[in-house]
Amino acid sequence: MNRRALHIILPLITGTLALAAWHMAVKYSGSDIFPTPMEVLRGLGELAQQGLLLKYIVASLFRVSWGFGLAVLIGVPLGLVLGWFRPAFAALNPFIQILRPISPIAWIPVAILWFGVKDTAPVFLIFLASVFPITVSAMAAVQNMQQVYLRAAQNFGLSGFPLFRRVIFPAALPQVITGIRIALGVAWLVVVAAEMIAVNSGLGYLIIEARNAGKRYDLVVAGMVMIGLIGLLLDWLVRSLEKFDEVRWGYGQR
Amino acid sequence: MDNANMENIITVRDCWMSFGSTHVLERINLDVAPGEFVCIVGPSGCGKSTLLNIIGGFLRETKGTVAVEGAPVTGPDPGRIFVFQENGVFPWLTVEQNIGFGLLSRPAAERDERVKHYTSMVGLTGFERSYPRELSGGMRQRVEIARALAADARVLYMDEPFGALDFLTRLKMRADLIRIWQAEKKTIVFVTHDIEEAVQLADRVLVMTKRPATIAEEVRIDLPRPRDLDSPGYLAARDRIFSIMGMDAHGGGAV
Repeated sequence: MNRRALHIILPLITGTLALAAWHMAVKYSGSDIFPTPMEVLRGLGELAQQGLLLKYIVASLFRVSWGFGLAVLIGVPLGLVLGWFRPAFAALNPFIQILRPISPIAWIPVAILWFGVKDTAPVFLIFLASVFPITVSAMAAVQNMQQVYLRAAQNFGLSGFPLFRRVIFPAALPQVITGIRIALGVAWLVVVAAEMIAVNSGLGYLIIEARNAGKRYDLVVAGMVMIGLIGLLLDWLVRSLEKFDEVRWGYGQR
Repeated sequence: MDNANMENIITVRDCWMSFGSTHVLERINLDVAPGEFVCIVGPSGCGKSTLLNIIGGFLRETKGTVAVEGAPVTGPDPGRIFVFQENGVFPWLTVEQNIGFGLLSRPAAERDERVKHYTSMVGLTGFERSYPRELSGGMRQRVEIARALAADARVLYMDEPFGALDFLTRLKMRADLIRIWQAEKKTIVFVTHDIEEAVQLADRVLVMTKRPATIAEEVRIDLPRPRDLDSPGYLAARDRIFSIMGMDAHGGGAV
């Protein structure tokens, strides 16, 4: 069996086994609340028919795009500057390291206080969750850059912005993209918690609402499945950035 | 300064270097004439690379004067390019982008022509669009040499540039470097721990002592190129350097 077939067939087998085990477990326990895989699929169908599935996915993606997009726009330049200018690093790094371990969930009351229950609050939470991994990885990328590139660039007379644009930025880019990839995972992770604040759409809202409104656990699990699948898709998208020739040198084999 | 210095492109006078309380270089004096190929050999860790970094402007001497092209060295200079052992080719640029790196201020036509010329000189025609990760170690060193030549560097500082290459590639690179040097009339200061390499390449070999290092002796290699590695002149020069470094020519212990 070649490697490609291996990577398709084996996951299919484990997936099928897991679904079967899930089905059997529900049947065996006699639960009438927790859904079987088929019931979840039917739940998804129901949501799709009502037009809610697409609407909720778009709503969640919309919030993640804003929060995550802002985090990239602010975190990448900030991290690069912190990595390059020692005084900026000395001034801001302790502050960042204190804010960084605070879970975005802890910010929920603050977010409500500042932004009310509009879309701004979840966007803010997603931003908070993703801006730190992006900043820290961009910072480390510059700090850990191979000195020989810097020396070669200085030897050719580069300094200031041209040095930054032609050498420091491209040298840091692979690690910056890795940070972006981690941050997108975290942003998507946080969207559910962020949508617990009284918004009325989104996959997180679906999960909370399905539970509260009528113990519709088939819809709860359907929401979870969609979050998992979309998370996989997002990761695949960012990962495909790593294939570009400009950054491919930065990952593993040289 | 006396008149003799005026003719030299590189002049180092009474140069000392310490890192904290570690004395690395002591009382270094050396001169390099324009177009000369000088090798600096010495035991590993003796400070020969430190000396080259001082001359190249990447390190500042603790004491003494270092002048290149008539002016004290205050930093790296685009007219004097360093070729690094660990390879300073930019992995995010293609071969032709790397070779043209020092030429961005020039007109596009001139740039293309120079890139093409030096790509061919180092034998990389056909690899213009390749990325460094797709090349062998020897090819990457060629890119770095071509990048320095294309930028019209008058002086090349080479810090064990072939140290990471396999034996056969190293031999080939030495022959190519001599060919390029003869065609281009550059001044080359080449640091190596490999005595054979130094004798194959140089007009003059400067032999450094252990740390704190100074230049023990200089050996002029007046042999025609390409050099016959079995000729009595070659073997005599090699053995002389071995003995200056306290070894016999057969790799044995202290004399």
